[in-house]
Amino acid sequence: MNSASKSNTSSSIISAMFRNQIFIPLAALLILAVFNLIMDPSFFKVTLGHNSNGDPILSGNIISIIDCGSELAILAIGMTLVTAASRGQDISVGAAIAIGGSVVLRVLCGTNSRPDEIQAPIIVAFLVCCLVTMACGAFNGILVSIFKIQPMVATLILFTAGRSIAAWINNNELPEVRDATFSYFGGLIPGIPIPTPFFIAIACFILIFLVLKFTTLGLYVQSVGINEQTSRLNGLNPAFIKFITYVILGLCVAVASLIKVSRLGSINYSVIAKDIEMDAILAVALGGNALGGGKFNISASILGAYVIQFLTTTLYKFQVQSDALPAYKAVVVIALVVLSAPIVREKIASLFKKFRPQGAELKS
Amino acid sequence: MKIKKVLAMATSMLLCGAVFAGCGSEGGSSSSKETKKGDKLISVGIINNDPNESGYRTANVNDLKATFTKENGYDAKFAYSLKNEEQINYAQKFIQDEVDYLLLSAADTAGWDSVLKDAKDAGVRVILFDRTIDADESLYEASVVSDMDKEGEQAVEWLKNQKLTSYDIVHLQGVMGSAAQEGRSGALTKTADELKWNIVAEQTAEWSSEKAQQIVQSVIDADKKFNVIYAENDDMAKGAVAALDKANISHGVGKDVVVIGFDCNKWALEELKAGNWNYDGQCNPFQSSYIVDIIEKLENGETLSQKTIIMDEKGFDATTITDADVEQYGI
Repeated sequence: MNSASKSNTSSSIISAMFRNQIFIPLAALLILAVFNLIMDPSFFKVTLGHNSNGDPILSGNIISIIDCGSELAILAIGMTLVTAASRGQDISVGAAIAIGGSVVLRVLCGTNSRPDEIQAPIIVAFLVCCLVTMACGAFNGILVSIFKIQPMVATLILFTAGRSIAAWINNNELPEVRDATFSYFGGLIPGIPIPTPFFIAIACFILIFLVLKFTTLGLYVQSVGINEQTSRLNGLNPAFIKFITYVILGLCVAVASLIKVSRLGSINYSVIAKDIEMDAILAVALGGNALGGGKFNISASILGAYVIQFLTTTLYKFQVQSDALPAYKAVVVIALVVLSAPIVREKIASLFKKFRPQGAELKS
Repeated sequence: MKIKKVLAMATSMLLCGAVFAGCGSEGGSSSSKETKKGDKLISVGIINNDPNESGYRTANVNDLKATFTKENGYDAKFAYSLKNEEQINYAQKFIQDEVDYLLLSAADTAGWDSVLKDAKDAGVRVILFDRTIDADESLYEASVVSDMDKEGEQAVEWLKNQKLTSYDIVHLQGVMGSAAQEGRSGALTKTADELKWNIVAEQTAEWSSEKAQQIVQSVIDADKKFNVIYAENDDMAKGAVAALDKANISHGVGKDVVVIGFDCNKWALEELKAGNWNYDGQCNPFQSSYIVDIIEKLENGETLSQKTIIMDEKGFDATTITDADVEQYGI
């Protein structure tokens, strides 16, 4: 009897685990890690070296993952909120990053596209970039919340036009910033061997967790996503809440675009952050968030973003043939998304519930 | 309801009328145009891809704009689109406008037959530039193109002449299946097979500097030794160099790793001049002088000796490049 109840609780723990959203991205991360450990343990090797400026730097696949996955993780924050509130996704973030990056470089370079020193403080460039990308977000937000256009259609406008706007901002020139301080944001701060984008990402995570903890934003977003009518009857303003999630995503885009242009100090309008919107949506889906809005879990989305980067780095590491790369990625992604679908999770959880107690009874 | 119907009828009638009127007036004016072509501007309709597509395209568009001006005796109209159907629409419009020449850089190779036949019937002469299409040769006068295979061969030939003691190559490919990728990859793969060069890594970075950086980083993390980076465009070479800098691996003239890029962006040629890179292959965006040549020949009633004209393309070596080259060939 005792053992039966024990196994009952253990099985309920397991089923609770399966029901928990964060389980799937965590499991995916674990599977990828174990796979790499078996295939080649040197995957996890991290070495301390020096870069060509003589600054200390840690290098290794794990460092690459936390470095290159940062922009995606930051975007995943905003995308989760947008998805939850407006029951749709913003597909213009890649184009918005091009715009934001272009603005940063434009402010830093002034009229000369290749200045010897920067023409404005970096913080000013970043603030202007924030304003512009938040305006882009607000534009999408107004279309979605007030004009009630489907998010994917509304954001299609910027998706199509964004990269041309970005090129227009800089007169279609290719500006280049060679300032050392500017490269800190996408590279290294001298003396600190861990890439800065990781710290920026951590700062964003902390900020959003504080916001969700100390304000009612999370609750409001969820209730609007679950049932707009009811939340309106309860005194919320659904249009405003949807709008604000798009503006928050705009802010995330600003941070991501600063990191992106800082990495190389220049921009390529047609290639920068290409297809990142799809990866951001994927991160939300991998986090087990329903793409139809409602309840959400931001930490699961963030983990999902790092899972995607982990997968990319793994594929590079194993030298998958170029033509076959998208196919491999697709197979893994399909498996993960199917596993993280709420229906499948429920099924697995109930399977555990069914079998475990019976087994325990037979034993006793 | 009735009012709506009447309105619809009325507007469609109006539209039809406008179309017929348009046809009539244009038909009348065209004959007078024919008679005194000698002192008139040559009208050209130029259909190109979106200038924002890449640095290459921007240079290409600027070159065409600078050449086909009123001062040079041309009345040029420009249309840009990355979509084939839109380009075909523009082509039809230009044919209706009775331009003398239609210059075309097609977004897609297929679907051009019928519109080019219309052009032929209307007496509009078609010159293709930059990109070829799948249509019968009789439908156009000439095509001015880059030979991507030759670009790759030139670069590989240069690499061969460096006589490195060993060849361990990291090969960064463009978007798989594009003409530039196939030409530039093909030459390297062939020579590597023949001369037993060691390809350490071969991955597509899809023209993106970030992806190139990640790929080279992963090669470095795996402790693989290499001494050549063969990147199929400048952006990817730049990303690769960023990864080398991070790992404190020296690159450039007389250093540990030989860096090869393509496209001759101005900033890339500056890197060459500074000795940080070793070689950059040109993909010539300056087609207008070739096109002008063709038009002059056709206007004088000469026949062209060949349909496909392949442009001269250079490759620059870091040890011999001059400031004048950077200014002239940088895009």
